Amino acid sequence: MLSKAKLWLGLVVAALMTLSTNLQAAWELNMTQGVTQISRDTYDLHMQILWWCVAIGVVVFGAMLWSIINHRKSKGAVAATFHESTKIEIMWTVIPFIILILMAIPATRVLTEAYDSTESDLDIQVTGYQWRWEYRYMRGDASEEEVLFYSNLSTPSDQIDNSLPKGEHYLLEVDKPMVIPVNKKVRFLITSNDVLHAWWVPAFAVKKDAVPGFINEAWAIAEEPGIYRGQCAELCGIQHGFMPIVVHAVPQEEYDAWYAEQQQAAVAAREGANSVVTMSAALQQGEEIYSRTCIACHQTGGTGLPPAFPALAGSAVANGDVEANISLLVNGVPGTAMAAFGRQLSPVELSAIITYIRNSFGNNTGDLVQPADVTTILQEAQ
Amino acid sequence: MASAGSHETYYVPEQTKLPIYASIGLILTVFGLGSVLNNIKASEGTTFSTLIAIAGFLLLAFILFQWFSIVIRENHAGMNSDQLKRSYVWGMAWFIFSEVMFFAAFFGALFYVRNFAVPWLGGEGGKGATGEFLWPEFQAVWPLIENPSNAVFTPPHEAMDVKEWTPGFFAAYLPFWNTLILLTSSVTVHFAHTALKAENRRGLIQWLSVTVALGVLFLVFQVIEYTEAYGHYGLTLDSGIYGSTFFLLTGFHGFHVTLGTFILSVMLARSIKGHFKPDDHFGFEAASWYWHFVDVVWVGLFFFVYLL
Amino acid sequence: MSAAHDDHHHGPAKGLSRWFYTTNHKDIGSLYLWFSFAMFLLGGTFAMVIRAELFQPGLQLVEPSFFNQMTTMHGLIMVFGAVMPAFVGLANWLIPMMIGAPDMALPRLNNWSFWLLPFAFLMLTSTLFMDAGAPNFGWTFYAPLSTTYAPETVTFFIFAVHIMGASSIMGSINIIATILNMRAPGMTLMKMPLFVWTWLITAYLLIAVMPVLAGVVTMMLFDVHFGTSFFSAAGGGDPILFQHVFWFFGHPEVYIMILPGFGIVSAIIPTFARKRLFGYDSMVYATASIAFLSFIVWAHHMFTVGMPIAGELFFMYATMLIAVPTGVKVFNWVATMFRGSMTFETPMLFAIAFVVLFTMGGFTGLMLAITPADFQYHDTYFVVAHFHYVLVPGSIFSIMAAAYYWLPKWTGHMYDERLGKLHFWMSFIGVNVLFFPQHFLGLAGMPRRVPDYALQFADFNWISSIGGFLFGASQLILLVVVIKCIKGGKKATAQVWEGAQGLEWTLESPAPYHTFTTPPDPKLIHDQ
Ligand code: HEA
Ligand code: HEA
Ligand code: HEC
Ligand code: CUA
Ligand SMILES: [Cu+2]
Repeated sequence: MLSKAKLWLGLVVAALMTLSTNLQAAWELNMTQGVTQISRDTYDLHMQILWWCVAIGVVVFGAMLWSIINHRKSKGAVAATFHESTKIEIMWTVIPFIILILMAIPATRVLTEAYDSTESDLDIQVTGYQWRWEYRYMRGDASEEEVLFYSNLSTPSDQIDNSLPKGEHYLLEVDKPMVIPVNKKVRFLITSNDVLHAWWVPAFAVKKDAVPGFINEAWAIAEEPGIYRGQCAELCGIQHGFMPIVVHAVPQEEYDAWYAEQQQAAVAAREGANSVVTMSAALQQGEEIYSRTCIACHQTGGTGLPPAFPALAGSAVANGDVEANISLLVNGVPGTAMAAFGRQLSPVELSAIITYIRNSFGNNTGDLVQPADVTTILQEAQ
Repeated sequence: MASAGSHETYYVPEQTKLPIYASIGLILTVFGLGSVLNNIKASEGTTFSTLIAIAGFLLLAFILFQWFSIVIRENHAGMNSDQLKRSYVWGMAWFIFSEVMFFAAFFGALFYVRNFAVPWLGGEGGKGATGEFLWPEFQAVWPLIENPSNAVFTPPHEAMDVKEWTPGFFAAYLPFWNTLILLTSSVTVHFAHTALKAENRRGLIQWLSVTVALGVLFLVFQVIEYTEAYGHYGLTLDSGIYGSTFFLLTGFHGFHVTLGTFILSVMLARSIKGHFKPDDHFGFEAASWYWHFVDVVWVGLFFFVYLL
Repeated sequence: MSAAHDDHHHGPAKGLSRWFYTTNHKDIGSLYLWFSFAMFLLGGTFAMVIRAELFQPGLQLVEPSFFNQMTTMHGLIMVFGAVMPAFVGLANWLIPMMIGAPDMALPRLNNWSFWLLPFAFLMLTSTLFMDAGAPNFGWTFYAPLSTTYAPETVTFFIFAVHIMGASSIMGSINIIATILNMRAPGMTLMKMPLFVWTWLITAYLLIAVMPVLAGVVTMMLFDVHFGTSFFSAAGGGDPILFQHVFWFFGHPEVYIMILPGFGIVSAIIPTFARKRLFGYDSMVYATASIAFLSFIVWAHHMFTVGMPIAGELFFMYATMLIAVPTGVKVFNWVATMFRGSMTFETPMLFAIAFVVLFTMGGFTGLMLAITPADFQYHDTYFVVAHFHYVLVPGSIFSIMAAAYYWLPKWTGHMYDERLGKLHFWMSFIGVNVLFFPQHFLGLAGMPRRVPDYALQFADFNWISSIGGFLFGASQLILLVVVIKCIKGGKKATAQVWEGAQGLEWTLESPAPYHTFTTPPDPKLIHDQ
């Protein structure tokens, strides 16, 4: 069975070689080293344990291979009769134990650091939804304008169904990334609105489950500006593979400017509630929102995926009473995947999307919903 | 260690049709039951599903009855070796162990909720941010009279725990009486066993009847208590985690008492028929073990669900 | 052939009734093994759907909703339908023969344990054809995806789990009663073959944790249908409670799927090394330690759920400790081979591959146990690679090794050694091409349970799928080998393998329908 042994050896050697030559080319074969102290520590820990295992493997498999080559019947080997040795058995109980202690010490140190989320410079509440992330920047005082937005997958569905070539950041791109300042301790307060999700950014070595009704804390100090991509890492239903995370780490001044701009945009959105929109503008904006927010469930062409997700084409709601339709969008349908979009979309956006679904997919009500109509129902809901 | 002699009389039963029909009965029962539940949820009619469930259950019950009759008949015919009898003993012991672990899951849930989940929701401990940001109103007190979200789960108005340690209140406190009842019944079933071993058939029948009566009394009290809980305390299955743990623990226990009482009644009938011999009565013994087990679980319940 | 037999005993019944109504441990063993093989093909077919969809980035073959159903059903069927019943089947066939017993302790119950399974799986797989679709929440069915947000078929899933649990518990009770009560005179506990020992401990694990699984699905049932709030924060419960209870079952479950495999390998290696097993006593103690530790490590599957740090540390240390007794086993196997006189028939090849590849899976397990590192590994393909290394070239290889090793005893014929070797080599290459690249995928950041992935993962997925198809296709060889062997072939002697030790080899091949109707001669019982 030399061939098997050789094959095996070859495999291990090849694997080791690819591993070690690619240590630097993170994001390819090996774990990323990331851009935080914790992520580098984690990487070192990972490599250290890996090498321990390789070393033990070499000894164990080496001994085995040696016996396989030399102690074969076809070579005339005669079996020895020994079958126990207390000394040896104690030895190979104690030595692994010691190795484990050597592994546990650095692991404990890194874990203790990773768990210390005190004294943060900035807190962001991260909420998982089926299937998007909500980022809410915690304010110093309540009178400040709040920055809160949703971050959706922005890869067009044409790329996913293979009718267009896939872009560079296929499935790892969003319409609106989280922005954080570099070299500041950012604390993430992670929770969920529906099922479990997990917020994972490999470059920060942060992966924490988003548990509905509970808050988990994590933190990161990004040391280099850049764009860091991750994904939801807990099965959360149909679109689990399609809720990426993108974080822009930028210098403080840039962050401040961005933050101020967001606040202004929030004010504008609130004021937009009093604006009057035209049919064509509403349809255009509605279509855009639809393909970003609703398409995952209600599908292209509003066909839905019955029975889980009803079709909007021909839907009784989208063709029936306008107020009932607005109210469904604002409040969602409790206990189903249909979320309350009153919190997620602005009145302008809500009016646009409702106008759109009432006048598309063969629905032909001709209704033009105004932001003010939505605002009335939004206020009732509160 | 088995002696050589017992091997020679080892009895391998003939082929048997019982298990496969029992399996069909069981699967029809659960399939029907599952359909009923789904129908109710979807507001559909349940007649057909109910029929399937009932048919399955009747088949299962019928087969089990046959099964036990055959085992008893074989034993009376002297076909069971000592070794086989020991196998039954082991079988029953490990079955009870599995039941212990089933209850352990619910006790574990209660423990977790009280020591971790509820304090976190109330803003204490390692995940205190939870209470602070998500449930600012909620206070972690057990039993829960306010839920984190009273809109989603309507809380009870009162808990089932001891209100005040006055003798008058205590006298009306059903769980206390139920504890006494079950403890006593453990003793009476033991007396029945002693009587059986002493070939005192009258004693056996009397003590066993008392035990069965105590089991029934326990169940009656339990029903009164549940009515009380639903009617006066507003404590229901869907009134939050307090009601959930309370009813699942006491409910599954009550279900086991029901089963135990039923088994003991069968043993009573068999005693009357004169089935048991002083040196050969494992059916009775198994039933009494089961009863002691149910009793021990109750003591745990009384302690962890009612008192603590 | 010295074990005495009654000449007047009857053989199997004629026709199909033999299989439906049997109380014979060998027939029931065969039923379990065939059932398990069918489930392996079914679960494997689902895996092929997964691998085909993941062959290229983009959505090609299946909708994401169906993909999730495939992942879930693949995991459930492989774990509960393929591996566990296969081990129970082997236990049925072998334990009575190994301990010198006439049959299992409770033969009618034995039949029931088996026949519950096909019905439970029928109900489970029928959900694939229902409107709402099959369970789609992963084999770990985390709440609330499996409660509030579940398809309505979850009800049938819950009841199916209950019944599988009942089957396992009854089967285990039978095995324990057999081992504790039916041993032939002279067969002391410390003379029992390791397969018997590992099954004794496995059966204990099963009885301890299957009821807990029943408990957690019962809580789900009540949350879904009766408005309880075990897994809902709004009522004071916690979704994480589900995971604690599930993994209290789930972690011992993974050892349930490997301990009997350890027993098998401990029988095969000494046979083909022609040398007594090294360190029998320490093997027994190591198995017991693994079983003990398996109860206190469950939360290593939950390092990212936000446990207090004391919990994270405790579960990390406890998990790491398992490497010690497992290492003892690996070292003992190597020491058994050392200075033996080895030949490499198919069972030995599978056994050696088991030792090597299982150990590699164990190493990645140890890496996963390192909490901060698990923050990066968790829920990626690194985990998928870990558990397939311990399950496929681990559990499955041990089962195949057992099948080849005892087939001559079961059928009375030698299997086709050339086909056996072909099966081994194709499986060996296939399994590594299939799962080794998944380590890289995981480290590079590919999450599990996704139907589509970013472009940098394309190459390794492509390779992995090719390996998957190769490995899958090779399993058909096993089917051919088994059928050929049942139909005919070189007559097998009682001893079958030159170096084999143990009571089952004192019986003629094929083993008589009723094994030891009178106990074997105590002189036949050797130290292990
Ligand atoms: C047969 C099944 C089996 C077996 C035997 C194991 C064995 C082990 N497993 Fe594995 N595991 C699974 C099946 C199994 N696992 C499954 C199915 C999952 C995923 C479930 C899911 O989420 O779907 C999982 C997931 C899993 C996780 C969670 C990962 C995550 O989700 O983030 C962890 C973490 O600690 C882990 C650890 C271990 C360890 C430490 C062992 C140890 O027992 C391994 C011990 C063995 C060795 C270490 C090798 C031999 C030892 C030596 C040669 C001695 C010297 C060695 C040293 C000192 C290092 N496993
Ligand atoms: C013992 C258990 C076991 C076994 C044997 C296997 C065997 C295989 N597993 Fe699986 N697997 C699990 C247990 C197991 N798995 C579990 C528990 C999960 C987690 C589920 C979850 O996340 O919830 C999982 C998840 C899982 C995934 C991840 C899915 C995801 O995260 O989305 C993948 C992906 O590659 C995979 C692949 C395979 C393959 C290719 C095989 C192959 O070894 C299968 C080979 C067998 C056959 C193919 C059948 C025989 C051949 C035929 C029927 C002929 C036809 C053949 C062809 C058409 C080629 N498995
Ligand atoms: C996460 C999945 C999901 C997303 C995203 C989603 N919906 Fe829904 N929607 C549902 C589900 C599930 C229902 C069915 C609820 C029920 O059972 O009544 C539904 C129902 C509806 C209905 C009522 C249809 C009917 O005839 O009953 C309308 C209208 C609707 N959604 C519009 C939208 C719009 C507009 C958006 C985007 C802004 C959207 N949905 C996004 C899941 C979703
Ligand atoms: Cu969100 Cu997975
Ligand atoms: Cu585990």
